[in-house]
Amino acid sequence: MEEILTLADLKVGESGVITGVEGENALRCRLLDMGLIPKTLVTVRKVAPAGDPIELRLRGYELTIRRGDARGITVLRERV
Amino acid sequence: MILALAGNQNCGKTALFNRLTGANRRVGNFPGVTVERKTGKIRPAHIGRHENDFDVADLPGIYSIRPYSSEEIVTRDFLIKQNPDGIINIVDATNIERNLYLSLQLIELGKPMVVALNMMDEVRGNGGTIDVHALSEALGVPVVPISAAKNEGIGELVETAGETARNRVLPKKNDFCEGAVHRCIHSIAHIIEDHAQKAGVSRRFAATKLIEGDESVVSMLNLNQNELELTERDISEMERELGMDRQAALADMRYAFIESVCKKTVAKRGESREYTRSAAIDRVLTNKFLALPLFLAVMFGVFSLTFEVIGAFLSGLLAEGIAAATRAASGALTSYGVNPVARGLIIDGAFTGVGTVLSFLPIIVTLFFFLSILEDSGYMARVAFIMDAPLRKIGLSGRSFVPMLMGFGCSVPAIMATRTLPSERDRKMTVLLTPFMSCSAKIPIYAVFAAAFFDDNRGLVMFSLYLAGIIAGIICAAVLNKTKFKGKPVPFVMELPNYRPPYLKSTALLLRDKAKDFITRAFTVIFTATVIIWFLRSFDTRLNFTEIGDESILAFLGKLTAPLFAPLGFGDWRASTALITGFAAKEAVVSSLSVLTGGDLRENAAALSVIFADTGGVFAFLVFTLLYTPCVAAVAAIKRELNSARLTLAVVFGQCAVAWVAAFIAGNPTALALTAVLLCLIGAVGYIAGKKRGKCRGCPENCDTRARNDARARNDGGE
Repeated sequence: MEEILTLADLKVGESGVITGVEGENALRCRLLDMGLIPKTLVTVRKVAPAGDPIELRLRGYELTIRRGDARGITVLRERV
Repeated sequence: MILALAGNQNCGKTALFNRLTGANRRVGNFPGVTVERKTGKIRPAHIGRHENDFDVADLPGIYSIRPYSSEEIVTRDFLIKQNPDGIINIVDATNIERNLYLSLQLIELGKPMVVALNMMDEVRGNGGTIDVHALSEALGVPVVPISAAKNEGIGELVETAGETARNRVLPKKNDFCEGAVHRCIHSIAHIIEDHAQKAGVSRRFAATKLIEGDESVVSMLNLNQNELELTERDISEMERELGMDRQAALADMRYAFIESVCKKTVAKRGESREYTRSAAIDRVLTNKFLALPLFLAVMFGVFSLTFEVIGAFLSGLLAEGIAAATRAASGALTSYGVNPVARGLIIDGAFTGVGTVLSFLPIIVTLFFFLSILEDSGYMARVAFIMDAPLRKIGLSGRSFVPMLMGFGCSVPAIMATRTLPSERDRKMTVLLTPFMSCSAKIPIYAVFAAAFFDDNRGLVMFSLYLAGIIAGIICAAVLNKTKFKGKPVPFVMELPNYRPPYLKSTALLLRDKAKDFITRAFTVIFTATVIIWFLRSFDTRLNFTEIGDESILAFLGKLTAPLFAPLGFGDWRASTALITGFAAKEAVVSSLSVLTGGDLRENAAALSVIFADTGGVFAFLVFTLLYTPCVAAVAAIKRELNSARLTLAVVFGQCAVAWVAAFIAGNPTALALTAVLLCLIGAVGYIAGKKRGKCRGCPENCDTRARNDARARNDGGE
């Protein structure tokens, strides 16, 4: 069985397909609105110098979210 | 007729608005530059043969019709309550999937609507195409390709939008879903139909918002208990059927539709040039090791160019010009034999007061020039990205950084810029902290004192003062974060735009706006304040005109407050008087001291040593000046942003108190040393405590999220 990963566990350059989005209501809605919904392919583009936040690429654009918030987003790692 | 301009952040709404109206709104490359709604008339040239005239309302960018931040509420309220005749929905063609998400919700509103497909030039430049006709068919609304930056397609857009609004052409469809979501929306739309009609919103919109649990729409509908239960049953059924909760189900429905439309209509040829270029620039600018040094270098460059080279040079020129004009006017008035009181009002009140402030115009314009170039290029968004983690330690987010940075120029625009922050808490805290960033109006004060007392170490003194302001800000933030603004961390979800070359016309327009703003302020608020101060200075408590400085009302007030400052080491009434005048504008501290010591301080700085007995007192005075209440203009801005007289007063007195304590410490070597040791200790303890918390360091509030996830993971594994 595949281990359960979150977006925060992916390394720079790795991709994953979202399986679930958790978070406090307003945050979760915002994440969903930005297109972070199940079945979406997300790539971690880079990490800020302080290790946080992280920059994602999805749906053809770049989105920055915090590592803590990324922990609520579970993914299946995409093997390239 | 009113058309509303709605779209995501940073998709070019303001640029289009400027094209449509010929107005000169600020355009940036930082999500959320437009924070207020602004309306303008569409240029007659665009309307052509139609007699109707249009107003366009430029709304702040939003990602969804859901109220998170104040700018989103502005947009949402306008669309729902003001009932515009039509909507122009701007869609960034280079980021079409995410942009269409809002479009679908706008379509649900059931108002005449046109999609303006912006940045089509960039899409074409990269060899991509979008089948506009098919897209329009799929969405059921007209789609017009445009390029706001290159002024293409604007005429056609106005034509189409005008026709759509005039003939009230409604979107041809509003149903983008199938299966369980479809059934749920229809069933609920049926239940709430009458209520939606009474509330004046489309039932489709009301139904989807009800499903999403949007409180304000729910209360608008005013459903009875029975209806609420019925709708809830439908929603739960949908959730069960899809195995997804309501929010995710609707987001999924919209994105699924968008994906299928895009598959049919959008052809891209690999990554765009703009994206590839941005990624390459970012490899350097947000590099793990280079990011911070480069950022500091950029800021240092901007500040030294502004305050030492370009701005300072221009300011000097302007100051000389104003001085010459003042002398000429004074000479003319004297030779004409004008009453000395009136002459005093004109020369000492108006000319000198407003003149001093005006001479800062070049510095402010230069600073904004650089800041706007950094922002337009997209670098400021990276700064927020880089600075988020450090700022979070004091309870702020990366987005607070830009307003605070602008605070070094002038608190007024900086405070206004806080409106882009997504949370009330962040916004308030940033407003409170921005005045701690030493504004450019305080520079003349530092300069005069540095020249008088620390000739060998001018740079060091200046630097320490700026640093002291920042440290005081950090301490206050940390305290506020643990007390008044204790609360959950705010989501930081921000789009990073591609780098784009700065749009010089927009920069020029911005500078014109800022200059106009500043000049207006100089001639209104500051003029009034200087006249009041002139009055206080020129009349004694019995309202007799007095030439002798120490009999005036101002001196009376100064003497009254002087004992307050005695413990700080500057108990002379002239010092406290100067500080009182500084409330009008910080520059006034210098001009008041000049008048009270009877000479131009710039030429004769030594005159100051009459007032200050020792350097301890000088330090204390400088630190107090750095931190005490912001000037009248800034206080007015704070009042507007906080929207509370009580809080504003708290800021004014709170800052004075902080300034007093800090000045006491600064003027007293023992206290200074003790404080430094204490701060180091607190820092060390905080660091060690942070280390101990281990993995969750930096996001303690999210630990329960983590725990929940872990628990869920275990559950899933068990099944």
